[in-house]
Amino acid sequence: MPDMSPPEEAQGPAVLLVVVVGLALAWLVAGADRFAVTGGPLRSFVEPVRSGVRLLLEQRRTTLAPDRLLWRVGCVAVPVLALLSLAVVPIGGQTLWSTSADLVWFNAMEALLWAAVWLVGWGPNAFHALTGGYRFLAQGLAYELPLMFSLITVGVAAGSLRTTDIVAAQADLWFVVTMPVAFVTFMVTAAAFAFWGPFAAPVGPDIAGGVRSELSGVDRLLFELGRAVFLGAAAAMGAALFLGGGSGPWLPGPVWHLLKTIAVVVALVAVGRRVPVLRPDRTVEVAWMVLVPATVLQTLVVAVLLISGFYPG
Amino acid sequence: MVTDLSGWAVTAVAVLGVCSVACGIAVFVVDSMARATFALLASFLAVAGVLLVLDLVYLAVVTALMMTIEMAIMAVFMIMFMMNPAGLMPMTMVHNARGSAVAGAGVFGVLVGGIWTIDWPVRRGAVPVDATRQLGEAIMGSHMLVMLVTGVGLFATILAGTVLATARGRYDRFGADLTGAKPDDPIPGGLPR
Repeated sequence: MPDMSPPEEAQGPAVLLVVVVGLALAWLVAGADRFAVTGGPLRSFVEPVRSGVRLLLEQRRTTLAPDRLLWRVGCVAVPVLALLSLAVVPIGGQTLWSTSADLVWFNAMEALLWAAVWLVGWGPNAFHALTGGYRFLAQGLAYELPLMFSLITVGVAAGSLRTTDIVAAQADLWFVVTMPVAFVTFMVTAAAFAFWGPFAAPVGPDIAGGVRSELSGVDRLLFELGRAVFLGAAAAMGAALFLGGGSGPWLPGPVWHLLKTIAVVVALVAVGRRVPVLRPDRTVEVAWMVLVPATVLQTLVVAVLLISGFYPG
Repeated sequence: MVTDLSGWAVTAVAVLGVCSVACGIAVFVVDSMARATFALLASFLAVAGVLLVLDLVYLAVVTALMMTIEMAIMAVFMIMFMMNPAGLMPMTMVHNARGSAVAGAGVFGVLVGGIWTIDWPVRRGAVPVDATRQLGEAIMGSHMLVMLVTGVGLFATILAGTVLATARGRYDRFGADLTGAKPDDPIPGGLPR
């Protein structure tokens, strides 16, 4: 199997590309989210930049006896993990970091987010922040298995865990046609691991902002940026795994991928902002009783289709 | 043994190995359960890094994935069952220091002695193109029976542990004669049951 990673000397620009794409996706997500919430003018897309710069200049405040090391580690880890998960998303036909297990890599970065968010909750030695951290872990128990099964479904159909192979396998037919349940589950779980929209209980106003209640200045910027990059990366990943990535007529591949990513973000925001915040303990039951069987059945259907020779290659 | 690895790979394995051991030691040095838990996670992530350098990507990311979730869950329970649940008071992970030091040094000596005295087999055949596929074929092929038995055993253990640990069984939920139409739960779940 050919190694799709750029050659060694191109790694520097490729890293920069991923960072730039990550920031652009974060801006897209934050702007669309704000537009949906305020129903407001296009100034919504300026507002995230403005508040980002303000956070950059804001003085950091602290709490009594924080666990500073773990707190900082958690705050830095959130955006770093988001960018690392973006590293396996194919951008313009290639990924920054192509492995033989891209899907598992994406999943692992999201799993490391469990630790990072809990640390952000633990660090400040504050009640509401810690409550938010525990809420995120409870939510993680709900979404983790459906997410894994929806990723496995894609891997089964493509016969590979490499994202570039998965995009290539959709040359004739987008995977969303045969695996709609996996696609919807993937987008729902993406909202859950970015604890956004209906899954924002870990940062809920009922616990004074939860995990982020004691964050200020650069820490808060990194944390919010990481969430937005994660959601944007998940949208780009969803477009690549289920909507054929860069395939489409007339326009060049990256433009198609961008258009599909924007469509996914808009759909996600439009639906997600119409659903009230769900309690993590309730989402666990729904996830295990409904989503897990549904995704297992979806995997079974795809496996049967694969054996009957439905997927080429 | 390591001749087919490049210089930087050997260096990376050595550095990550030292990191792993250092973080492992840190588990018993730090004075908070949260730090001990995440020092252990850092140690596991360093091991995952070693696997990554050895080009065993699947094993590396699975190690990172499983260990992270495990440590995150473990942090919840360890802190919950500690004598000071907030975990912010000083604590120590060391008990029976003398005995454990003797046991640790003994095991270390035996393992190192074994590593250096054993006659390691040389590799037969070539490195596979896709180690993930080879691993899957090994697990799902010749070792299927072992994996199935282990899997069912683990699952039974989890179920048994949950049944033993739960304070509310089916008689509490559905009544003494199990005739309740709806479970009587203090906190309703997300489904209309």
